[in-house]
Formats: sequence, C-alpha cells, structure tokens
Amino acid sequence: MKNIFAVAGVVIKELYRRKDFYVLFIVTILICTMMAMVRIYNDANIVRYLKEISLDLIWLCSLVIAVTTTARQIPAERENRTLLPLLAKPLTRVQLIFGKFFGCWLACGLSLLCFYLFFGVLAATREHDWQPLNYLEAATMHWFMLGIIVSLALLGSIVFAAPSSNATICFVIIGGILFVGRHLDQQALNMPEPVRTILTVLYYAIPHLEFYDMRDLVIHNWPLVAGKYICLALLYACFYMAVFLIGACLSFRRKAVN
Amino acid sequence: MTAILRTDKLRVEYRSREIRQATKIALHGLDLEVGAGEVFGFLGPNGAGKTTTMNVLLGFVPPTSGSASLFGIDVRQPIARQRIGYLPELTYYYKFLTAEELLRFYSRIFGLSRTVADKRISELLKLVELEHAAKRPIKSYSKGMQQRVGLAQALVNDPDLLILDEPTSGLDPLGRMKVREIIQRLKNEGKTVFFSSHELGEVESVCDRVAIIHQGQLKAIGRVADITGSHASLEKAFLKIIGFETQPAS
Repeated sequence: MKNIFAVAGVVIKELYRRKDFYVLFIVTILICTMMAMVRIYNDANIVRYLKEISLDLIWLCSLVIAVTTTARQIPAERENRTLLPLLAKPLTRVQLIFGKFFGCWLACGLSLLCFYLFFGVLAATREHDWQPLNYLEAATMHWFMLGIIVSLALLGSIVFAAPSSNATICFVIIGGILFVGRHLDQQALNMPEPVRTILTVLYYAIPHLEFYDMRDLVIHNWPLVAGKYICLALLYACFYMAVFLIGACLSFRRKAVN
Repeated sequence: MTAILRTDKLRVEYRSREIRQATKIALHGLDLEVGAGEVFGFLGPNGAGKTTTMNVLLGFVPPTSGSASLFGIDVRQPIARQRIGYLPELTYYYKFLTAEELLRFYSRIFGLSRTVADKRISELLKLVELEHAAKRPIKSYSKGMQQRVGLAQALVNDPDLLILDEPTSGLDPLGRMKVREIIQRLKNEGKTVFFSSHELGEVESVCDRVAIIHQGQLKAIGRVADITGSHASLEKAFLKIIGFETQPAS
C-alpha cells in the first residue's frame, strides 16, 4: 500500500501545483458571487435558481478536473519518460495504476470539498434553511461518481496515447450516459429486434451516472435519501471502478515501456 | 566471481504492426555476466541493442526467449529491482516537484524509513552538488542539474548495482568529470556499475571489463586491455570489431 500512497501523493501535489483547479474555482466563485449580489424581481425563491446554476457549474468543473487530470497521467509519464525511472524501482504496474487512480480520485475529492464549502457558504448567506447533511450526502454521491469517471479515464489513458483524444472520448461517453443513457430502456421498447436487445443490454451495461445526481435534493432542501439506497449506489460505483481498473491493469501489463 | 547480472541466450524481437514490415530482431541470444564490484562498460553503435538489453534487465520489455536475472532473481519479479539504481538517458523528472521531494518520493517506494531517507537525501544532494537548489522546482533546473538529480535518484536506495544508460550524454566537460568521479567512488565502495556509453575514452578510464555489441550480437567481451590489444586505443579496437576500418588521412 505504501507504494500506492506514494504515487497518489505525487498526483495530488500535481493538482495543487498546477493552475487548472484554481482557474476553475475562481471562475465559479466569481460567477456565483456576482449572481448572488443581483436581486432579480425581489423574488425570495430566486435563491433556488442561484443554487441550481452554482451546482451546474460545480458539476461541470468537477468533470473537467476529473477527466483532464486523469487523462494525462500515464501519457505524460510516457512522453516525459518519467515512467522509466519509476518502473525501474520495486513498483509493480498494478501499484502504479492504483496509485494514479487513488491520487486522481482523492484530488477530485479535495477540489469537490472546496467547491461544496463555497456552495454551502453561498447558500447560507442567501437562505436561512441550511441543511449540511444534504450537502454531505450530495457531495459523497458526486465523489463516487467521479471515481467511476476517473477509472474510465485511466483505462482510456492506457488505450489512447494522446490525452486530448482520451479526454474527448471520455466527455462524449459521460455526456451520452447522462443525457441519453437513462432513456435507453424506453427507447428499446419502440425498436425492432435486434436493436431492442442491443439497447437493453447497453442500458444495463453502462454505469448510470445519473443515479449520483442529487442536485434537486440540495436545491429544494428535500429530505435525505435513505442510507440503504446510498450504500447500494456507492457499491454500484465501486463495482464499475473495479471493472475499469482491472481493464486498465490488464491492458497496461501487456504494454512494453520503451 | 559472483554474477550480479546475467543474461542467458537473450533474444528480443519487435513485431511490427504493419503487415508487410518484417519482425525486427533487437537481440540475438545475448550471453552476459557481470560480477560483483565490477565496472562494466556496454558499448555499441546506435541501434546495436544496448538500450533494449537494459530495458529487459529493468523489466520494461519482456524477452522473446532466453532469460535475464539480477542477483539471481528473474528480472520480471519487481523484487529484483530492490537493490538496483537506474539512470536513463535524457530523462525529465516531475517538474512540479523539488529535488528533495522527488528523492523522498523514490525513497518511499524503496521502503526507506523517514530518518534513513532524510540522511540519504541530504548526502545525495551534497554528492551531486544540488544542496542550494534542493527546494527549487525541477522545472527551473538546467540540463546538467537535471542529469545530476537523475544520478541522485539512481543512488537513493544505496544500490549494489547501478545501471546507467549513457550517463554523460548531453553534459558539459565538468559534468562528465563529476559523473566519472561518482562512478569511481562507487567502484571504490565495492558497487557494481553497468553502463553504456559512446565516450570510449571515459570507458577506458573507468571500466574493468567491456562488452561490444553490434546488430544485437555480442562481438567481444573482456578486460579493456585485452580488447584494445595491439590497437592504439579502445576506439580503434571498437571500430575494427564492428567492421568499420578507419582510412588513413591523405
């Protein structure tokens, strides 16, 4: 485990020493703060729109951070040849993959913490009904969803040599799952065979990222979702993380490093 | 003589993904043995198979047939790399880390305790003369400084075997002299050094034995004096062995 944590530590250092996170965080703060300062029609419910837009920005920024940070990990190591002295140490390729995964996932978690803390402060200044447990539940689900995305991007970073192509493909897949994936079973009912079977299989095969979207819970201050459902969703996320990581390890094990 | 590094009928083929491209044979049954405490020079023209041999020894490339071992352990086992240090040719290190952080990261992978790592890092920074820049990010280093960081990381675990791939490549004369001094110092400490180089004068001055490889085949192996033989220098012997006859100046 020490090797995994050593690699993860370097990934986290990389995140906070690069400018990407700060740029996204400052842009989010600026947009949300400026919106919070404007009083539109003196409508008290306007705070819900503010919360919705802030959460949309947080989602977008977290996806960008997760995909771009992960997509460059292995290709950058190969391109800069830092992989050679690293693998010349008693470090297995599986440990390297897991180290990169935990590093990226924890880095995403830390950035998410900053975003949600800011969101909490913003929401607290605009409404009096402040529900931190809702935020915690939503952030936990969000973080596990990012775990699926990080493992997917890591698998992509081994298959595709260029980080840009990997990132683009990941964004297309994520967008497809979030906007189309949830309707595949309904669409399948209206299709002839074999398209119906293909769509049904696809519906059950893809990781349903929309399960982790708890923005409405936070926006409307709905009651917490029961713990057993949250636990099931987290286990579901762990299953997909394991599948993508096993794929990444198997693919990386066969690659010659030279 | 205890063999620290051994290859036995080592063969490496690179299969082309293109249909009409032939398979490239990088190594044809290479047999090598390097004993404890030796400084061993591994010579050959570009494309001879030196880096491929090192890549196999470090577990980066699997052999097509034959075997390679370090300290009697198959190179495919990660534990075989516990007692080695490796300096690649022209490598960049994590630019966002400082030299001290980089060495600490690698020392963690070798499982060094914090106290041992602190002492070792301090000694190495002094050895490669980077104490003054230890807390500066590597991105601000010159090429020579980066090569010295590379040398420090190769020594972080106090290795018994050091594998250096053209360690003086791209260095100025002063940098080359420093690297030679470090190799000499390691030799005096009883360490084994296996290194490739195109600087034959340098090889002549520090190596106990050398091997000359050409087109993936071992052409000569032995003590520097034996290989030089009747030739004026190792360079002349090297050129003759690889089949290149020098023309007398007109």
